[in-house]
Amino acid sequence: MDLDFTPEERLFRRQAREWLAAHVPAVPLPSLETAEGFAAHRAWERRLAADRWSVVSWPAAYGGRDATLVQWLVFEEEYHAAGAPGRVGQNGVSLLGPTLLEHGTEEQRDRVLPPMASGEVIWAQAWSEPEAGSDLASLRSTATRTDGGWLLCGQKTWSSRAAFADRAFGLFRSHPEAPRPHQGLTYLMFGLDAPGVTVRPIARLDGKPAFAELFLDDVFVPDADVVGAPGDGWRVAMSTAADERGLTLRSPGRFTASARRLAALWHARGGDADPAAADRVADALIGARAYQLAAYAGAARAAEGGAPRAGASSLTKVFWSELDIALHETALDLLGPLGEAAGGPWAEGWVFALAGPVYAGTNEIQRDIVAERLLGLPKGRRR
Amino acid sequence: MRFLPTAEQADFVRTLDRMLAAAGTPETARAWAAGEHGGGRRLWARLADAGLFALAVPEAYDGFGPRPVELALAFVELGRHAVPGPLAETVAAAALLDALPDPGPAEEWLPRVAAGRALLGLAAPEGGRALDADAADGVLLVSGERLLLAREHGPVEASLDPVRRLALPREDTAAVLATGPAVTAAAARAADRATLVTAAQALGVGLALLARTVEHVRRRHQFGVPVGSFQAVKHRLADTLIALEFARPLLHGAAVTGAGADVAAAKAACGEAAYRAARTALQLHGALGYTAEYDLSLWLTKARALRSAWGTPARCRARVLAETPV
Repeated sequence: MDLDFTPEERLFRRQAREWLAAHVPAVPLPSLETAEGFAAHRAWERRLAADRWSVVSWPAAYGGRDATLVQWLVFEEEYHAAGAPGRVGQNGVSLLGPTLLEHGTEEQRDRVLPPMASGEVIWAQAWSEPEAGSDLASLRSTATRTDGGWLLCGQKTWSSRAAFADRAFGLFRSHPEAPRPHQGLTYLMFGLDAPGVTVRPIARLDGKPAFAELFLDDVFVPDADVVGAPGDGWRVAMSTAADERGLTLRSPGRFTASARRLAALWHARGGDADPAAADRVADALIGARAYQLAAYAGAARAAEGGAPRAGASSLTKVFWSELDIALHETALDLLGPLGEAAGGPWAEGWVFALAGPVYAGTNEIQRDIVAERLLGLPKGRRR
Repeated sequence: MRFLPTAEQADFVRTLDRMLAAAGTPETARAWAAGEHGGGRRLWARLADAGLFALAVPEAYDGFGPRPVELALAFVELGRHAVPGPLAETVAAAALLDALPDPGPAEEWLPRVAAGRALLGLAAPEGGRALDADAADGVLLVSGERLLLAREHGPVEASLDPVRRLALPREDTAAVLATGPAVTAAAARAADRATLVTAAQALGVGLALLARTVEHVRRRHQFGVPVGSFQAVKHRLADTLIALEFARPLLHGAAVTGAGADVAAAKAACGEAAYRAARTALQLHGALGYTAEYDLSLWLTKARALRSAWGTPARCRARVLAETPV
C-alpha cells in the first residue's frame, strides 16, 4: 500500500499545472448559468480542447489523452487548485461521452464526441419528468416508431443546462407493452432546436436559469441517434448514472481545493476568533482528504480490474453532496454579515451545493441503495 | 501508486481475523475487566506468534518493524474483536524507546515486546493515567524532559469501558530511563504512533458494531417484518457505513504518510465514526443493547473510550487545521 505517484503521473501533473497556470483566466468568468457566462465558458472549453485538456480520460482519437483514473484524479486536483472555470460541458463529457464509449456505435462516437470535447456542442440531460423523479423508471415520455427513426412526445424537466445547451440525451418509453417499468425504455439523443421541442428555462433558487423544462411534440429522432438497442435504455443509462453519482460529477480535486480555500479564509478572518467554526473548517479538510484517498483506493481497485461494489457510487454521492454543503455553509458563516452578499464565489457555490443531495438520485434513494446492496438489508415498499 | 493493502497484508489481516474469531475474545475481555489477566496474556502471546508486536519493533531488537501500515491494518482487527490490554500503549512505548539516543532501554525491553513477553503501559501526556497499569510489566511516563519507568501505580479506576482499567503510575518510585530534549521528541513520535493505532482500533470497533447491528435488524421482526426493512433504520445504518467507509482511507493514508495532519484526521474520523456506530447500534438493538450482559456492550463502551484516548476529536481537528498547508 503506497501513495507514490509514478514518474508518468508526476509528469502529467506538472504538464497540467503549467498549462493551467498559463491559461486560467485571471478574472473569474461570469456565472455559467447566464447567457453571457455560458458563452464565456463555451469559449473556455474550446481553449481547453485546443491543447487536449478538455477530456483527458477519453481516447486520443476523440480529443483525449487516454489518461488513467489516477491521472484524471491528478488533473482534477490541479484544475480546481488553479481556480479554473466550471465545466459547462460536463453533462456530455462525463455522462453521455462514457456511455457512447461503452454502448455507442463507431459512427456515433466519431460524429458526437469531437464536437462535445471542443464545446461546440453542449449537451443537457433529459431524465426527470414531472411524475418521474426519484422513481425514474416510471417515466411516461414516449418514443414511437416511425420511418427511419422515432417520434418523441411528452415532457422532461429539471434538465440541467438546457436553457442554453444545444442537444440533449435521455430515456423514453418505446415499448409500452413491456411487463416491468424498467423495461421498454430507449436511450435517445435529440437537438434542442429540433422542430417540436420547446425549452422553458426554470430559474433555480438564486434566479439563474440553471435548468429547464422540455416539451416534446412529435420530435423526430433518426435511428442513428439511438444509443444501444431500442428497449435497452435503462441498462445503458444506469452505466452513466453510476458515473455521475460516483466520482465524475464532483471530483475529489474540487473538494481538496475548496477545503484549502476555506482554511485560507479561516486564517484570513483571524483564525481562532471562532472556535466552533474552526472545527467545521477542519472537518472540511478531513472530508476532502477522505474523499481524495478513497478515490485513490478505488482507482487501484479499478486498475486491477475489480468491478466497483454495487452501491459504492451511492455511498460516494451522499458523502460528497453533504460535504459540499457543509463546506460552503462554513464559508458563509466565516464571512459574517458579508455572507449574504450573493456576488461572491462562496455564495454561488452554496446555491450550487444545495442541489447536490437532490439531483443524480436523491440522497434518500442513495441511502436505500447503500442499505440494500452494501449492507444486505431487505427491500422496503419500493418497486 | 497502489493505495490498497498488498496480497500479503490482506493475508495477514485474514489470519489475525480467523485466529481472533476462534479465540473467544469476549470472554477474555470480561475476565480482563475483572482483573484476571491470564487469558489476556495468553492471547497476547498468540498475537505475538502471529507477528503482531514484531511489527512495532525494529530488526535490531528481533522485530521486523516499524511497519505502521501493517500495524494499522492489524489494529482494526484487534478493535473488531475487542481484544483487551494496553495494545496501543505497548506499540507506542516501543516507538518511544527506539527513538531514544541511548539504546540501553530499547535493548532491555524491545526483544521482549516483540516476543509478546512484555506488556508496556504508557501514561497519557501531562500527568495522565495509564491504561492497564496493573497488568503491565512497566509503565513509561514522560515528566518534563525525563522518561521514567514506573513499576508501581495508584488505585485502579474504572473506565467507561469496564475492560479498560486506569491508574496513575507512581512517579516517586519510578526509575529514570532518559533525560533531555530527545525525550520530548521521542514522546511526540510515540504519541503519533498511539494515535494512529488507536484510530485503527476505533475503526475496527465501529465495523464490529455495524456488522452486529445489521445482523440484528435482519433477524429481529416487529409488525410482521424485519426491522431492517424500515427506511428510518436503513438510513441510519447507511450513514453509519458511509462514515466508517470514508474513515478507512484516512487511516490507511495516515499509516502510509505518517504526516501529523493525516494521523490527526484519521483519529478524528475513526473516533467519530466508531462512536456514531455505537449510538446506532444501541438505538437499533433497543433495550437489549443497553445491557452489560449482552456482548455488544464490550464494543459500545470501547467506542466511547477510544474516542478520547490519544487525541480527542477537538485536539485532532486543531492539529489538522494547524498542519495542513493552505
